[in-house]
Amino acid sequence: MTAVLEVRDLKVRFATPDGEVSAVNGVSFDVNEGECVGIVGESGSGKSQLFMSVMGLLAKNGRTLGSAKYRGTELVGMPVKDLNKIRGDKIAMIFQDSMTGLTPHLRIGKQMTEVLVQHKGMGEAAAVKRALEMLNLVRIPEAARRLAQYPHELSGGMRQRIMIAMALLCEPELLIADEPTTALDVTVQAQILDLMADLKRVTKAAIVLITHDLGTVAGLCDKVQVMYGGRFMETGSVQEIFYQPAHPYTAGLLASMPRLTEGRREKLYAIPGQPPNLQRLPKACPFQERCDYVHERCVDELPLLRDVTPGHAKACHLLSLANPVSDPKAPSLKVATEARSA
Amino acid sequence: MSKELLRVEGLKVHFPIRTGGILIGQYTPLKAVDGVSFTLNEGETLGIVGESGCGKSTLGRAVLQLIKPTDGKVVFMGSELTGVGAEVIRQKRADMQIVFQDPLASLNPRMTVGDIIGEPLTVFFPKMKAEERKAKVRALMAKVGLLPQMINRYPHEFSGGQCQRIGIARAMILNPKLVICDEPVSALDVSIQAQIVNLLMDLQKEFGLSLLFISHDLSVVRHVSHRVMVLYLGKVMEIAERDAIYEAPLHPYTQALISAVPVPDPDIEKNKQRIVLGGDLPSPMKPPSGCVFRTRCPKASDICAKEVPVLEEKMPGHRVACHHWGIPDAAAVPTVGHH
Repeated sequence: MTAVLEVRDLKVRFATPDGEVSAVNGVSFDVNEGECVGIVGESGSGKSQLFMSVMGLLAKNGRTLGSAKYRGTELVGMPVKDLNKIRGDKIAMIFQDSMTGLTPHLRIGKQMTEVLVQHKGMGEAAAVKRALEMLNLVRIPEAARRLAQYPHELSGGMRQRIMIAMALLCEPELLIADEPTTALDVTVQAQILDLMADLKRVTKAAIVLITHDLGTVAGLCDKVQVMYGGRFMETGSVQEIFYQPAHPYTAGLLASMPRLTEGRREKLYAIPGQPPNLQRLPKACPFQERCDYVHERCVDELPLLRDVTPGHAKACHLLSLANPVSDPKAPSLKVATEARSA
Repeated sequence: MSKELLRVEGLKVHFPIRTGGILIGQYTPLKAVDGVSFTLNEGETLGIVGESGCGKSTLGRAVLQLIKPTDGKVVFMGSELTGVGAEVIRQKRADMQIVFQDPLASLNPRMTVGDIIGEPLTVFFPKMKAEERKAKVRALMAKVGLLPQMINRYPHEFSGGQCQRIGIARAMILNPKLVICDEPVSALDVSIQAQIVNLLMDLQKEFGLSLLFISHDLSVVRHVSHRVMVLYLGKVMEIAERDAIYEAPLHPYTQALISAVPVPDPDIEKNKQRIVLGGDLPSPMKPPSGCVFRTRCPKASDICAKEVPVLEEKMPGHRVACHHWGIPDAAAVPTVGHH
């Protein structure tokens, strides 16, 4: 398999009046052709900022360190002029809020054809034809009429479909969907998830799905990467992550979700404490303050990702969840050395 | 179950919306809640589910008389709340409280946590000494999982989950009989949701609270509720015991709603036969004739456009408003799964 996107030791920093915020703290991964990768994490885990930095969309006070390559071309530090040839064409993005994702004062038709004229050099008529095709593909009723409408005239579900159609116009090789269904009602979410599952089969684009919703990930993704405090806690196939979670955080998340398939339980498992403050991240394991199995090493040494089985990796000092003792062979960074190098 | 605490009969909340007219306005009613009836017993949790615009939040506010109902009756602890004076309702509010969705926005940013939680005491017991009030607030803070020494801090110093604990403490300080929880965990992260859900259930057990748990999250509702009511465009579609709603739903809308929820289990989720409803929620200003759900219903027929289905008991304790109610079988549901 060839990688569409290769990310190596990517870091995202924000300068704020209260000091530097470390949103993403060194992540490395590949997204391969035709693959659907889920990035799971809670608010503040860095899951969105990771891909905003890849797309060069960070806020002004943000900066990216490390490397992110699209088909071998470095994206980090690329001039905006060159980046614009890739963004929207080869890599497209779908945002959570379809009202802010679309320009309110432009008709749908204008917004959609603009992309094609810009990237593909199409004429107006050809672009309109292509836009109509895409609207039909995402099952928008009365597609021709929609081209003359403004975003506020459409429902949330309809706008989200248009965002998806726009992202697919240039047949991107990589589609990044940031919480595409979070703002939608359950029945409309079901329509969009169905559509995305179909698109996954029809288009050959690799998909990155950024979400906090484990249910959405379970249905769509092949691989999952669990983020916490700007780092990957666990990565693996969707089966491994859901059925054999190896990291206490992943296991805790899964256990704390009430299930539709279960009745009233006495108590839900709850991960204690609060998500970490990104300005004052613990030096070693970011999850140490909330972990049931925390021990000395977790406070002194940063656990590095290591294979549990081939393709399934965790960043944790424990031997396993069944046998939660410290594993002396677990690779780690002494916090002291990391502090010096940083 | 034990004694009835709350009875709601034919509750309607219609908002007049200006739809035209230059000098004299023309108004069309927006029927946010349209004839809702249910009862809630002591110590019971009734889950109220539905999508945005179904009227679930308006219903919660109308029960508390925060919004004046257009029609219908609310009977709380044996006395009617509708059509009585403001002072009578104010006195009753000591026994009925509300927890809001947005934990930070529902707290006054310029008040300390102690003042926020203690305010109901200053309103209802103005003669209470400040020391006694503070002691009560501290005790309750410990109970809801806040450090009592944080009593002089301000809301912005707390995280979302902690703010929700403050909101819960404020609702609990007068020892109410009924707490309306309006999407209390929707704004919280998964790992914090479980903490708040556990807290609410612990408080319910300890104080014999009754809860109206309003939420769009069907998984959470299944976990907390004894009974569940499903709303669509301001009307009750189905109401039943929790397990009956989830395991044998009789209304096509409930069936679609439950099948639409993504389950965090890849084997189930990837092979699931999902009932996908077409279209979007109709405008509540122009609800469909007959059954309000018929425009999206896979079972809709001629009668659905002509006659409004009545909410009737079809099985013991299980009420449904549908002409074509019934347990789903694969053949009866035409738009199953992928196309």
